[in-house]
Amino acid sequence: MVKVTVCIGSSCHLKGSRQVVEELQYLINKHDLGDRVELSGTFCMGRCGEDGVSVTVDGDYYAVKPENVIDLFTDVIMKKAE
Amino acid sequence: MDDIKKRRKFDTKVQYLQYKALREVARGAWNGDLLDKVLDIPNVIIPGNLPTMRCCVYKERAIMAERVKLAMGGDRTNPNVIEVIDIACDDCPTGGYEVTNACRGCLAHRCEDVCRKNAISFDHQQKAHIDKNLCVECGQCAKVCPYSAIVSRRRPCENSCKVKAISMNENKAASINNDKCTSCGACVYQCPFGAIIDKSFILDVIDMIKKSENNTKYKMYAVVAPSISSQFTYAKLGQVVTGILKLGFFNVVEAALGADMVAYKEAAELAEKGFLTSSCCPAFVDYIRKQFPELAEHISANLSPAATIAKYIKETSSPCKVVFIGPCTAKKMEFQKPEVRPYIDSVITFEELQALYDSRDIDIETLEESALDNASYFGRIFARSGGITDAVRQALKEQNITNFDYKPVTCDGIEACRTALLKKSKGVLDANFIEGMACVDGCIGGAGCLTHGEKNKREVDAYGRLAMEKSISDAIGIYNLARAEVPAANEEED
Repeated sequence: MVKVTVCIGSSCHLKGSRQVVEELQYLINKHDLGDRVELSGTFCMGRCGEDGVSVTVDGDYYAVKPENVIDLFTDVIMKKAE
Repeated sequence: MDDIKKRRKFDTKVQYLQYKALREVARGAWNGDLLDKVLDIPNVIIPGNLPTMRCCVYKERAIMAERVKLAMGGDRTNPNVIEVIDIACDDCPTGGYEVTNACRGCLAHRCEDVCRKNAISFDHQQKAHIDKNLCVECGQCAKVCPYSAIVSRRRPCENSCKVKAISMNENKAASINNDKCTSCGACVYQCPFGAIIDKSFILDVIDMIKKSENNTKYKMYAVVAPSISSQFTYAKLGQVVTGILKLGFFNVVEAALGADMVAYKEAAELAEKGFLTSSCCPAFVDYIRKQFPELAEHISANLSPAATIAKYIKETSSPCKVVFIGPCTAKKMEFQKPEVRPYIDSVITFEELQALYDSRDIDIETLEESALDNASYFGRIFARSGGITDAVRQALKEQNITNFDYKPVTCDGIEACRTALLKKSKGVLDANFIEGMACVDGCIGGAGCLTHGEKNKREVDAYGRLAMEKSISDAIGIYNLARAEVPAANEEED
């Protein structure tokens, strides 16, 4: 199980965490990975200054912009899930 | 900052007095020397030997000592969060309606005509007199007198208490009937002598912050009520948020996101059950349970917005502690209820937040701004009367519930709530949703607000329009992430 956590605190919300979540949900469904990727949210990861929404994949930190979600998904999440 | 400028942050000097007690208690708690210094606090706040408020400085200090006690949590054996300081109560007159010497002895005798109890008679000079054995204090005579010669000599506390929980004890001091009191705090704000005060939990909050060891042991979350937009107007909202973080909180979340969640669920619940009352206002809910128990089954099953968001925070971001910061004294009662206790760890008011800032010498006007944006316009306008009504209408629309004929009644203040509930209990209410707010104007009229004013509603609406998310569905789009990382709260209860 790959554990993906998206920050849904105020700063990340303004940087597009909703779009990131929606995109991830779309991609997870599209690749039928619902039983291998667990998506969750958390209020603030304490890295509000980063250029992008805070996301962790199995504990590893990434700052992701909504338009770059696809990269995180193919480069990191897909590889782990396979 | 000088004394006068600080005082202007509050509506009344009474609030300012209690604020000083809170600030000094908080200072002691941060420094860890409260127990050594607690007996000196009255002398620190009231120095010298010339009285400025009461008959002598010794009485002033004795009352201040009581304020300090309340700032430290008050009488733990009394379950009510609202308490009377007996020695501060000035034993105001209690005569009820009286004819003053402004009575001109006119010929019209409107007062007599309007009195349904025949309680008014006239002496040989045509001056009116009220027979206290007959008078029921309806006040009609005072309304019709062309000279405003009839006045009510009811105590401000009794006057403010529309649920009639305040009476006089054997010493003529105000006394609160806990079986009727809903902890709304109206008397706290109205007593001109500051003799009724809400207990404070600031010591618990400071203790939680200290024990979090800079948010390493657990994270401290502040949930702020949307009415905050009408408060701290001397600074920017983003600075208020930074100030909360400077106090040692890890993150600040809008209670309004909880309101979005509540509106969404409440709309579906309403369409399913056919009749509901809102459950957001703890004083309103308490009032139904105490005065209209037969209607309690119609109270929405939703937790309040604050408890809803707190539950969500505990489910997504544990280990953590959640402190609600708002305008509401009744919230201090609500969070102790078994269904809310697992989610909200403590409650403080905006007044107390100001005291906490100053106890740490945090001048929020000088701080940079932090973001606060979780909710939609509709979640944010819960802070004012009519907000829930609008949000539920919107949530019905967003869920495409079109086969339900929404007929809301918006009750602004506990008297309006009473009228609607009475009608409902008699089966003559032409509505299927009661929005109940115990405070007039809604939460922005709450007793724990620093200031109360005409502009506050506009401030809340303006704040609502600033929200990035425009619809309820968008704001709660993240809600299905609530799959808990850690089993629901309470796991690290001490």
